[in-house]
Amino acid sequence: MGTYVPNTEADRKNMLKACGMERMEDLYAGIPEELKRKEPLRIPEGKSEMEVRRLMEGLARKNRVYGTVFRGAGAYRHYIPSIVGEVVGKEEFRTAYTPYQAEISQGVLQSIFEFQTDICELTGMAAANASVYDGATAAAEACGMCLEKKRRKILVSAAVDPKVLSVVRTYAFGRDAEVTVVPEREGVTDLEALKSLADGETACLLLQTPNYYGCFEDADAAAEAAHGAGAKLIMSCNPIALAIMKTPGETGADIAVGEGQPLGLPLSFGGPYLGFMAADEKMTRKLPGRIVGQTEDRKGERCFVLTMQAREQHIRREKAGSNICSNEALCALTAGVYLAAMGPEGLRKAALSCRAKAHYLKDRLEEAGLKAVYAQPFFHEFVTAAPDEQAAERILKALEARDILGGLPLGGGRMLWCATEMNTREEMDRAAETVREVLDA
Amino acid sequence: MKLIFEQSAAGRGTAYLPEIDVPQTAPDFKGRETPLRLPELSEIQVDRHYTALAKETRGVNGGFYPLGSCTMKYNPALLEDAAAQPGFRDVHPLQPDAAAQGCLEVMRKAEAYLAEITGMDAVTLQPAAGAHGEFTGLLLIKAYHRARGDGERTKILVPDSAHGTNPASAAMAGFEVVNIPSDGKGYVDLQALKAAVGPDTAGLMLTNPNTVGLFDPNIAEITKAVHEAGGLNYYDGANLNAIMGIVRPGDMGFDVVHVNLHKTFATPHGGGGPGSGPVGCKDFLRGFLPGIRIAEEDGMLRRKEAEARIGDVRSFGSNFLVAVKALTYMMILGREGIPETAAGAVLNANYLMHRVKDLYPMAFDETCMHEFVMTLEALKEETGVSALDLAKALIDHGIHPPTMYFPLIVHEALMVEPTETEPRETLDQAADTFRAVMEAARQHPEEAHLAPLTTRVSRPDEVKAARKPVIRYDFDHPMD
Repeated sequence: MGTYVPNTEADRKNMLKACGMERMEDLYAGIPEELKRKEPLRIPEGKSEMEVRRLMEGLARKNRVYGTVFRGAGAYRHYIPSIVGEVVGKEEFRTAYTPYQAEISQGVLQSIFEFQTDICELTGMAAANASVYDGATAAAEACGMCLEKKRRKILVSAAVDPKVLSVVRTYAFGRDAEVTVVPEREGVTDLEALKSLADGETACLLLQTPNYYGCFEDADAAAEAAHGAGAKLIMSCNPIALAIMKTPGETGADIAVGEGQPLGLPLSFGGPYLGFMAADEKMTRKLPGRIVGQTEDRKGERCFVLTMQAREQHIRREKAGSNICSNEALCALTAGVYLAAMGPEGLRKAALSCRAKAHYLKDRLEEAGLKAVYAQPFFHEFVTAAPDEQAAERILKALEARDILGGLPLGGGRMLWCATEMNTREEMDRAAETVREVLDA
Repeated sequence: MKLIFEQSAAGRGTAYLPEIDVPQTAPDFKGRETPLRLPELSEIQVDRHYTALAKETRGVNGGFYPLGSCTMKYNPALLEDAAAQPGFRDVHPLQPDAAAQGCLEVMRKAEAYLAEITGMDAVTLQPAAGAHGEFTGLLLIKAYHRARGDGERTKILVPDSAHGTNPASAAMAGFEVVNIPSDGKGYVDLQALKAAVGPDTAGLMLTNPNTVGLFDPNIAEITKAVHEAGGLNYYDGANLNAIMGIVRPGDMGFDVVHVNLHKTFATPHGGGGPGSGPVGCKDFLRGFLPGIRIAEEDGMLRRKEAEARIGDVRSFGSNFLVAVKALTYMMILGREGIPETAAGAVLNANYLMHRVKDLYPMAFDETCMHEFVMTLEALKEETGVSALDLAKALIDHGIHPPTMYFPLIVHEALMVEPTETEPRETLDQAADTFRAVMEAARQHPEEAHLAPLTTRVSRPDEVKAARKPVIRYDFDHPMD
C-alpha cells in the first residue's frame, strides 16, 4: 500500500497495450536479467500515512527542544515573524524547479533578484549570487574564485569557525590548493603573523568577523595586509551583525560571504541553511551559481531571467568555475521575506539586542564566577573559562536540568556562549544563578 | 510588477521585537557607514507582494510538469508536516547527542534505506545537492587512490551525454576530464571506453539510465573495464527514479553513488533548492566519508568521524529537514512501493511517448525508461520552428515545457519526464496538447515564435540581460 501512483490495474493494462506490451516486466526487458534484484529490498513494508505520521512524531519526540538556548557557534536561534512561514509555505514557491522557463517563473526570478539586492545592501558589495549551500561552502567557493596559476595558497584565520575551515580544506584538497592557518592571538587574528605569511603565492585571506569566538576583527588591517601582498580578502560575516558593523564593502573586501541561517531559518539540526556570496565589480563574473538579471521581454516589459550563464557548468562543463546547480532558493526566499518584514530598523534592533544581551550575559556569568577569556569587542558570542573541564560539564548539566542549553564546550573548561534577542533578562539571570550555584558548591 | 524596494516608504514597518530589556553599552567596534536600504513595508504589503510573486510561479500542483531529468513528481503533503515538527525544526545541530536521539535516528534510518536501495554499504547525508554529491564522491575516489600511493590516476572519464555537473565536478576535484563518445544508440561506445582506460584512469562517471532515457545494457562490461584498469565507477543518481527497487547501482558494478532526494525521493525543489545529494559507497571507501558517522554505543546513538575522512563538505551533518522528508516518503512507499513507483514512472513515459511519436521523432525509438528525448531537427529545418518555440507554445496550454536542448548529443532536443504520479488522463490530455501544438506549428510556423501569449511576460531578451548585466536594484536610478 501507500504509493502515490494513481494508475489502477485497469489503467496499467490499457497503457501497456498501447505500448505494445503485456506485462509490467516488459518495461524492463532491456535490463540484463542477471543484474536485476531478485528479492525485495530489505527495508520495511510500506505504511499508511497515519502510521508514518505517528512514527515520525515519535522520532521528533526523542529530541529535546530547550526552552532557553545560549548556544550558537554557527547556528543561531532568532525570532522568526509568522509572515515568513506563511509566505515560504506557498506551494508554488515550495515545489517549483529552478526557473529555467522565465515566462512561468517570474515570481521566483524576481524574488531572487530582490534577494541579490538585499545581500548587496547588507554586505556593501556590488553583486551577489542566488545563494550556495551554506556559509561554509560559500567561503570555500570564494577561496576557489581567488585561486590563480601562481597563487595557490589560501590563508585562513585560526579564528574562523572550525567547521568552515574544514570545508575550505576539503575544497582545497579537490583543487590541489594549499591551506595555511594564520594563528590567533587573544581571540583575534594575529596581524603580525598574517603579514609574514601573506606573500606572492597567496591567493586570499579568509577572515571571519565577528569571528568564531564572537570577537570583531580589525578587518581594515587585515585588508591592508592581504592587499599588500596582492592577495584577495574574503570577509565572512554574520548577516544580522551587518546591520550595525562596518561592511565588507566599506572595508574594501573583494568577496563577502556568510551563513544566512539567522535570516529567518530555523535551527533544523543543521540544515537546510543558506550560503550567501557577494563580490566587488571585478570579481562578479567569477561568482559561482545562479544569478538573476533584469531584462525586457518582446513587448518591452521589465522582467527577469537567469543570466551570465556562460560561467556555469551546463554551458562550460569542465571549464566552469564551479559545479553548483541546485542552490538554496527557498532559503533565499525565506531570507528575503524576513528582511522585508524586519526592514532596516527591525534588523538593526535585532542586532543591537543581540549585542546588548550578550554583553549582559557575559557580565552576569563573570559575576557568577566564570572568567571571560578574551578582552576584545564582541557581537553576540563570547568565550568563558571555568576552573576546569569537569566544572564546565557540571555547569552544562545543571543548566540542562533547568531547560537551558548552555554554551558550547570548547575543551579545557572553555565555553562559547551566545545570546540573541530571544533571550530575556530573566533567562540570563537564571542561567547565571545556576552557574553560581555550581561553582559555589 | 513592482519590486519590493519600489513599494517602500520611510518609517513603515511592523514591530516584531520587544524593547531591549538590558542596558546597552556604547559601540566599541567600527560601525556601518552607509545606510541599509532594506524595504520598509507594512506586513500586508509584504504578504501581498509575495502572493503576487507566487501567482507568477509555476509549482507542481499548477499542472503537468514534465521537465526531463528533474523528476517533478508530486510532493506528498505529509512530508511537510513531518519536517515542520518543533522536535525537528527547533533542534540545535550542536546540542548533545543525548538530546538529539530522534534526529540521529532519522539520519541513520535514511542512510540505511538509501544504502539498501543503491546497493551500497555506507551513506553520508552531508552533501546538499546532486552536484555537491558528485564532488564528494569524486573526492572519495581521489582520497582512495592517494591512500594507496596511486597518485598518477588523474583522469575521470565522462560520456559526452552526461549532465554538465559531471565534468564540472571532476574538474573541481582536481581531475582531468576525458570525454567518451556515445554510440549510435546513445550508449557508451565500448570500444572508445576500452581504448581510453589505463593506468591514469581514476574513474568513470555514469548515469544509467542515461540522459537519453535508455538503460545501457552493457553496463556490467563498462564497469568491469574500468575496474580492470584500476579505476572506480561513480553512479550519478539523477535518473534513479526509473530503476529503484528493480536494479541497484551497487549490483551494476558501481563503487560510489549519489542520489537526489529532491528528485527521486519526492522532496520539493523550492524553486532551485534546498536539495540533498547523499553519497553512498562500498565498504572499502567507508573510512573516507565526510561529515559525521552515526554509531550506536550502549543503546545511544552517537556522532563520530570516519578515521580517514576527507573532511566536511558543508558545516553540519545534512540538509536535515530534507532528509526527514525523504525518510517519510521511503517509509510510506516501503519495499514494494519503491519498485512500483519506478515501474509507474517508466510506464507513464512509454505511454506518453507512444501517444506522440508519430508526430514527434524520437532521438532513440525504443522502450525508454522514465523519460524520453524527442528531436525537432526536421521541424526546424522544414518550418523554422524550434524546440524552444514548441516549448513556449506548451506554456499557453498549461503544460510546463520539457527540458530543452539537453542532452547536447541530440539536436533540437526536448526531454520529457512525466513521472509516476500523473494519472493516465493527464497523459492523454498532454498527448493531445503536444499533438495540437505540433499541428499548429506546421500550419502557422510564423506564429510559433510569438508564444507564449497567455503570460504577462513573453520571450525575455536573454542576450540583453547577459550583455550588460543588471543583477541588483539600483536605488540611485529607480526604474519605473
